[in-house]
Amino acid sequence: MGSLKIENIKKSFGSVDVLKGIDLDVTDGEFVVFVGPSGCGKSTLLRIIAGLEDSTSGKVLIDGDNVGNVPPAKRGIAMVFQTYALYPHLTVKNNMSLGLKQAGEPADEIARRVGIASSMLSLEPYLERRPAELSGGQRQRVAIGRAVVREPKLFLFDEPLSNLDAALRVNTRLEIAQLHRRLAATMIYVTHDQVEAMTLADKIVVLNNGQIEQVGAPMELYNSPANEFVAGFIGSPKMNFIDGGRLGEAAKTIGVRPEHITVDRNAGTWKGTVIHAEHLGADTNLYIDTEKAGLLTVRIFGVYDAEPGAAIYATPDPARTYRFGADGRVIR
Amino acid sequence: MSTATSSLPRTIAAHAVLLAYTAIALFPVVVIVVNSFKSRNAIFRSPLSPPTTETFDLIGYTTVLRQGDFFLYFQNSFIVTVMSLFLVLLFGAMASFALSEYRFRGNSLMGLYLALGIMIPIRLGTVAILQLMVASGLVNTLTALILVYTAQGLPLAVFILSEFMKQVSDDLKNAGRIDGLSEYRIFFRLVLPLVRPAMATVAVFTMIPIWNDLWFPLILAPSEATKTVTLGAQLFIGQYVTNWNAVLAALSLAILPVLILYLIFSRQLIRGITSGAVK
Repeated sequence: MGSLKIENIKKSFGSVDVLKGIDLDVTDGEFVVFVGPSGCGKSTLLRIIAGLEDSTSGKVLIDGDNVGNVPPAKRGIAMVFQTYALYPHLTVKNNMSLGLKQAGEPADEIARRVGIASSMLSLEPYLERRPAELSGGQRQRVAIGRAVVREPKLFLFDEPLSNLDAALRVNTRLEIAQLHRRLAATMIYVTHDQVEAMTLADKIVVLNNGQIEQVGAPMELYNSPANEFVAGFIGSPKMNFIDGGRLGEAAKTIGVRPEHITVDRNAGTWKGTVIHAEHLGADTNLYIDTEKAGLLTVRIFGVYDAEPGAAIYATPDPARTYRFGADGRVIR
Repeated sequence: MSTATSSLPRTIAAHAVLLAYTAIALFPVVVIVVNSFKSRNAIFRSPLSPPTTETFDLIGYTTVLRQGDFFLYFQNSFIVTVMSLFLVLLFGAMASFALSEYRFRGNSLMGLYLALGIMIPIRLGTVAILQLMVASGLVNTLTALILVYTAQGLPLAVFILSEFMKQVSDDLKNAGRIDGLSEYRIFFRLVLPLVRPAMATVAVFTMIPIWNDLWFPLILAPSEATKTVTLGAQLFIGQYVTNWNAVLAALSLAILPVLILYLIFSRQLIRGITSGAVK
């Protein structure tokens, strides 16, 4: 209960092609994250799955049924929005139960489901309050609760954590992960934050310019990115890209992650000077200007003392260096 | 509060300017109300002095209330204003919702067309409107006035409301759609309450010209049964003799209902104006 199949979805607004043919399979119980820079079409894709937007062409199948002409309320989906989108004039309880009332569920069934959802999200003390009397984190929990009571085939999350502050974001992320484990429901989650994608997903879909760049498990994307875009998007700090010509390589671009470069004061592959050091406690980010490879970011685990201006040698791990061709694809 | 606004000379200066403006704005109204309580001679001898025990006279009010069907006129004005207001707000809000919410071919052209009425006064079409009303047999009915005022009020209503409707969160409307609310319920239950301040603003701007209008009642509905207050007050203005007591009393009375309506909307109005300006 809860598989999704997308076949060649295209969407244009006037002459602008937002989605250029998306194919995707989501199996039951999977947590799939759509990630990409803003404007890549990930939210539009989610809205097409929800039925809030019509696709220009292509098919959406939920549990094998083509839902092209089915209104959002009848698709068996529930959605959590970035801005919570709670009904301001209704109490928490009524916010959660409105959809069920509209669907004509019996009152005791509604009460049962609201009870389960509110205890799951510890919302019981707030059931009679209005959204204006809740904090941001509580509001987002209510929005999640509103989705849970619908017992949908498919949960859709549209950047649900973007409006929360950093500490709450981590907590709510954890709650969503637990929710997925407990409900074993299919979830589709849109974000521009690759940390959320990496931490939550069973499967990440990287989108760029209306196209899927790569689909895979988080570690798959990290360890074997298909192209330069995915390599640069997944991982923080970002992968270093070095012009192949400068290093005398045949590949157009050489990529190496900051954590796969080691530094030494006396010897190494690339000589350079430290420009800036960021001390984060658990690790240290060094920005090094090298003669051969240009500006590099290096991530060192633990504390490392380096004064700006100091001479230093950087050595990439050859086993974890990526080579990209002129078309941006990785050369294996 | 910032220090600039709480400094004493600035506060005094600001209040002086505002008080001066209030005085200028209220002066004609005060003169009307004050003189409506005076005898005819006193009105002409010293128009600016307040009524004393000697000059105090309710002759104007007794004339107005005795003469003609002044209650009927009030009722007519009230029906026309409230009905037009209701229709303007309803259709204006619905049109703005459609313009701001749905993407369709010619959307912006339609918006422009609906807003065009702000620039072209409806009175230019008086002759055609009169012909239309004659042809449809609506002359000397309140319906004629309500229709004309609805048309007159819609452009501004659509213009203001569609701006406000655009600010209503898309997510909220989409949440309603996912919960299975119909477009009508989304409009009435989710969107309208959120644009209430804007509705009040539109209501005030629409209501006052309708209540004060003399032109269309005179042309479309001058019969005794359909006269409005402003038209009724003309009864006392003659070619040679004008019963000033009655005219002033009628005008003073005419202020009251619109003042009450204004007070109802004003709390919302201030929020509407500032939220449009600041955010």
